[in-house]
Amino acid sequence: MTSTPDSSAMQLFDCRDAYMSALEEMAAADTRVCAVANDSLSSAKLKNFKAKFPDRFVNVGIAEQNMVGIGAGLANGGMVPYVCGASCFLTARAMEQVKVDLAYTRANVKLCAMSPGMAYGQLGPTHHSIEDLAWMRVLPNLAVIVPADPIETTAAMRYSLVHEGPMFLRIARVPVPRVHDDKYDFKLGRAVKLREGSDVTLIANGLLVARALDAARALEARGVSARVLNMSTVKPLDREAILDAAQATRGIVTAEEALAAGGLGGAVAEVVAQAHPIPMRTLGVPDTFAPTGTAEFLLEHFGLTAAGIEYAALELLGKEEK
Amino acid sequence: MRAAVNGSVVDCMSESLPEIPAAAQERAEWLHRKGNWIRLSAMTMNHRAGMGHTGGDLSSADILATLYLGGVLHVDPAKPRWPQRDRFILSKGHGAAAFYSTLAARGFFPVEQLRTYMEPLSMLNGHPDRNKLPGVEANTGPLGHGLPIAVGAALAARMRREPWRIFVMTGDGELQEGSNWEAAMTAQHYGLDNLTMIVDRNRIQQGDFTENTIRMEPLAARFTAFGFATDEIDGHDTGALFERFTHLPIEPGKPSCVIARTVKGKGVSFAENEPAWHHGVPSAEQLHAAAKELGAEVGW
Repeated sequence: MTSTPDSSAMQLFDCRDAYMSALEEMAAADTRVCAVANDSLSSAKLKNFKAKFPDRFVNVGIAEQNMVGIGAGLANGGMVPYVCGASCFLTARAMEQVKVDLAYTRANVKLCAMSPGMAYGQLGPTHHSIEDLAWMRVLPNLAVIVPADPIETTAAMRYSLVHEGPMFLRIARVPVPRVHDDKYDFKLGRAVKLREGSDVTLIANGLLVARALDAARALEARGVSARVLNMSTVKPLDREAILDAAQATRGIVTAEEALAAGGLGGAVAEVVAQAHPIPMRTLGVPDTFAPTGTAEFLLEHFGLTAAGIEYAALELLGKEEK
Repeated sequence: MRAAVNGSVVDCMSESLPEIPAAAQERAEWLHRKGNWIRLSAMTMNHRAGMGHTGGDLSSADILATLYLGGVLHVDPAKPRWPQRDRFILSKGHGAAAFYSTLAARGFFPVEQLRTYMEPLSMLNGHPDRNKLPGVEANTGPLGHGLPIAVGAALAARMRREPWRIFVMTGDGELQEGSNWEAAMTAQHYGLDNLTMIVDRNRIQQGDFTENTIRMEPLAARFTAFGFATDEIDGHDTGALFERFTHLPIEPGKPSCVIARTVKGKGVSFAENEPAWHHGVPSAEQLHAAAKELGAEVGW
């Protein structure tokens, strides 16, 4: 059905480069744009921003609660702050500030969560950020976006400036191939159908999108037609796309680089269970802290691979090889 | 009406500001009476709601009166989100009844609305709500949020090269939250002299005196060490408060910290310096006794 080559042969990108270019481009065009960092100049790639826009760069040091509160204050004063730090600290350390100062307040603050998921795999569970999607998704008013590739990262960053209100953007560090073309237009709350299919639907976001596409190609070879949705917006959720998939295919497999509970898998399951129950498999990290290892090792470890997705789809359809 | 701001005289929104006596002594007495009205209003609200934080309402009333009714803050009730306004953040959000009474007295909403305090679907939550009520800058209540937000707003004013100022009032027990000290470090690093922090130093927190809980002294020395220009004044001397607030920053290039020495439960003999009145609620008899002691009347 598709002639796209297997993603393993493609060039890989660090989405932080796309985020950083977009941020600098927006700051050049709009004097309201500023950046707030928690000593994260390297990890959030802000050295160039600081050099170009020294008056609109705030480094609070290692102080995440303060960092998010400062973001809220900057927004109160009419600025559009991009608050950039490692997702594990930005979310867990500053959770109450995110809840009260940003989400409840509807503050026009953009959280750029760097190196999420298991990007810091070797550094151990303290530095893994597999809980962030569940934590952020439960907060009313907060848009939660997990771009799949550099093109979507750029598009989501540009969109964030016109979106009035708080956003959480999960910027991948683990290299990913492109899954969108240059004409891609990001729409908040809209899943993108990357592949049509009639037997099963694969719903993924972030770095799992490319793997879901690979899985769909492998399934096709086995005579299974798999629809692939890039559900980069976890909140607000594209309920229509989920229900359409639930009606048009026999089951849904979700895949994410996070705890499946409460994240994308949980979100999709809430819709499916209440509106159109069909079999589901939610791939992600199960109810455990991840061990230590490279991101690639850990993704393999938890079956967050094309083969893992393919197997889950076959098992769901009752076609797995015994 | 004109009031002194930053040592110079600038226009103040006169339409809705009550007449402030020009003579210092007269003005201080007038503000003192306003403070007592805020006290009785807050106690009436807490009595009606059956909930509230009376002690801290009473300790902060003179500071609030001076800031809002003394014309220190450059705000306009007709345009609560006017971009050039001074910002005031009540970080000790549990002092909401005194704050709401002050905002109503300043004309941000009708005083009659104070009757709805904590009623179902009321705009007047038990803690200040920016989403619902004009004049509120931040959603506070969880402690240690106000100062970081104030620092962010001060940075915004600087980035925009605008002259508005930021005031934030914290409790003293509240300063046990580490986020305050994170924010203090940022304020001094960036030399935010458009920021004034006021500590309602009433020496009592929910469970006990602060010094029996976690010692806060030497508080002024701590803020000085953190790079603030610090001043300790009597938080019930409306003349001294007015003088201080109209001569800011304390020192150019540094954030200001005004430690207002206050009495928790101030003005009501049975509530003064009693930790139990942190969230004590007055009975009808106590409310009458308080009105007598305060020499105030609540019209709403």
